[in-house]
Amino acid sequence: MTAMSRRITTEGRISAKEVAHVARLARLRLTDEELERFAEQLGAVLEHARDVEQLDTAGVPPTAHPLPLVNVLRDDAVVPCLDRDEVLAQAPEVEDDRFRVPRILGEAP
Amino acid sequence: MSTVDRDRPNPSTDPAWEIVIGLEVHCELRTATKLFCGCRNSFGEEPNTSVCPVCLGLPGSLPVLNRTAVDYAMRIGTALHCRVQPSQFHRKNYFYPDMPKDYQISQYDVPINADGWLDLPDGGRIGIIRAHLEEDTGKTTHVGGGGRIHDAAHSLVDYNRAGVPLVEIVSAPDIRSAEEARAYVDELRAILVATGASDGKMEEGSLRVDANVSVRPAGSTDFGTRCEIKNMNSLRSLGRAIEYEAARQMALISEGGTVAQETRHWDEGGGRTGSMRSKEEAYDYRYFPEPDLVPLEPSEDWVAAVATSLPRLPADRRAAVAEASGLPAGSDAVATVVRLGLDHLVDAVVSAAGPPDAPSVAVRRLANEVAADPEAAASLDPASFARLVGMEAGGALTAAQARTVLKAIMDRGGEPEAIASELGFEAMDVSDLEAVVEEIISAHPDEWSRFEAGEDKLTGFFIGKVKAATDGKADLKAASSILRNRR
Ligand SMILES: [Zn+2]
Repeated sequence: MTAMSRRITTEGRISAKEVAHVARLARLRLTDEELERFAEQLGAVLEHARDVEQLDTAGVPPTAHPLPLVNVLRDDAVVPCLDRDEVLAQAPEVEDDRFRVPRILGEAP
Repeated sequence: MSTVDRDRPNPSTDPAWEIVIGLEVHCELRTATKLFCGCRNSFGEEPNTSVCPVCLGLPGSLPVLNRTAVDYAMRIGTALHCRVQPSQFHRKNYFYPDMPKDYQISQYDVPINADGWLDLPDGGRIGIIRAHLEEDTGKTTHVGGGGRIHDAAHSLVDYNRAGVPLVEIVSAPDIRSAEEARAYVDELRAILVATGASDGKMEEGSLRVDANVSVRPAGSTDFGTRCEIKNMNSLRSLGRAIEYEAARQMALISEGGTVAQETRHWDEGGGRTGSMRSKEEAYDYRYFPEPDLVPLEPSEDWVAAVATSLPRLPADRRAAVAEASGLPAGSDAVATVVRLGLDHLVDAVVSAAGPPDAPSVAVRRLANEVAADPEAAASLDPASFARLVGMEAGGALTAAQARTVLKAIMDRGGEPEAIASELGFEAMDVSDLEAVVEEIISAHPDEWSRFEAGEDKLTGFFIGKVKAATDGKADLKAASSILRNRR
C-alpha cells in the first residue's frame, strides 16, 4: 500500500486536490467537474477498503498475490523476437531503425 | 559557477572534513535471454531487433521470470554474505521513453538479497544493504544540440536493452574516500565475475556505478545532505567525480551555504558535476506489487546448491595466498597475485616443497616480473616456475639472477637450470664471497669503522660494492650476513 492510500483510508475521505495530484502523476488532464466526480467515486472504493480494515487480521500473514502460487519460472532459452519492420510499423515516428520521440525535458530518473 | 575553483579544499587531505559515500552498482547479468521474456540478451545488436510484445509493453503480454537470472542474483547475494530471502516484484511507475510500459519491474520493500558485506583487500569491510533484481531500460540517443539532452531536438530509442536482467547492489554509507570507492568497485567487480553472473565490463555498461556523496566535519556522527552522482563510466571517473563533488560541498558549507539533496551528472570532459534537476516536480514512483508476477521463494535446497557451487572468492583466495607465503593478506603483492589469477603458481611452489621462504619469494616474483607481462604469465609452466623459485630461495641464484632467468623463461620458455648455466649464473662459493667482502672492507676502512660503531645504514653501501665487484652474481643475503658476522 502506498503512503497516500494509507493516509486516505485513515482519514476516510479523498479530496479533489488529491485526485488532481494522482491525475498529474498519471499524466491525465481532468476538468474540475471530473475531479469532483472521481473524488466521490474513489472515496466509495476507499470506503470499501475501510470495511475490510475492520476485520481482525492479527496473525494473518500479508498476501503478496491472490493466487496460491510461488516460483513461476521459465528456462533461459532464446525464442524468436519480433520482426523489426513489424515493430517499427507501430511507432508514430521512426529514424535510424529507432523509435523517434519528442524532445525529452529531463534526465532519466 | 562556470569554472573549477582551484582554491577549493582538497577532500582527500583536509583533516577537518570526512567524506561519506554509498555506492549503487547496477550489474547486467550474463543470461542468454531477458528477465521476463525470451528475447536475446546481448550487447551491440542492430537496434530494435531483440524485442517482443513483453519487453515492448504491448497490451495483453505477460512477464515470466527467468530462472537463470534468479540463480545469478542468488549467487551474487551469497558471495556478498547476504541473507537470501523470499521476495516479490513491484512496479516503479514513471513516464520516460526508455521504458515502453511506463514502469520498470523492480524489487521494493522485500529484495531477494539483504544485509551482507564485502571485504576490501586492505582489510576494510563495507556493508551491503541489499542486492535486488530488476529490469534494465532501453537506450536513448539525443539528436541535435551536440547530443546533450537539454539541447536536443528529439531523441531516438532502441529497446534491445529494455528488460535485460540487472542486479542492483546498494552499499551502506561506509566508504570514506574516492580511493576506497574505487577499491570497493574493483573488488565487487572481481566478485561478480567470479560468480559467473557478470562480465564486469564497465566500458560496455555491464557495470554502472552511481555514488551518494556527502561531507561532514571530522568526528561528527550525523550524516550531511547527500547528492547522487550519475554517469561515471570508469573507475577513474568515479574517483574524480567523488573528489570534485566532495570539494564542492565542502566549499559550499564553508561559505555558509547548504547542500541541496539532488541528483548530479558527472561531466567527464569538464571534470565537474552539474545539477540534473529539471523543472518537473520530484518523482513519485507509486510503487505497487506487480500483479502479473507471483512471489519468489527459493527453496532451502536451491539456496544451499548455490552456496556450494560458488567458486573460491577473491577474499578467500587472498587469505590462502597470504597463509602459504606468510605475507599479509592486505599486501599489494598478495592482492596482485589474486587479481591476475596467478594463485596456481603459488600452489605449484607450495607443492614442490622447496626452501621455507620459497612461497614468499614466489609471490614477490609473481607480483613484479610476472604481473608485468600478463600474456606470458598465462603460459608460464608452473613446474619450471617452482624450480626457479626454489633455486632463488635456496641461494643457488641471486635475486638479480633469478629475475633474469625468469624473464628468459617468460620470453622463450625453457628449463631454469639450463638457462642459468647458459648465462653463466653459477652460485658463488661462500669462501669466494668472503674474500670479496674482505677486499672491500680493506679498501674502505673509514666506512667500516663507522659500520662497526653501529651505523647500520652503511650495510647498503657495502652491499652495493659487493654487487658491483661480482657483476651481480653474489647472493646479497649471504653477503649481508657475512658483514654482520664480521662486525
Ligand atoms: Zn522481449
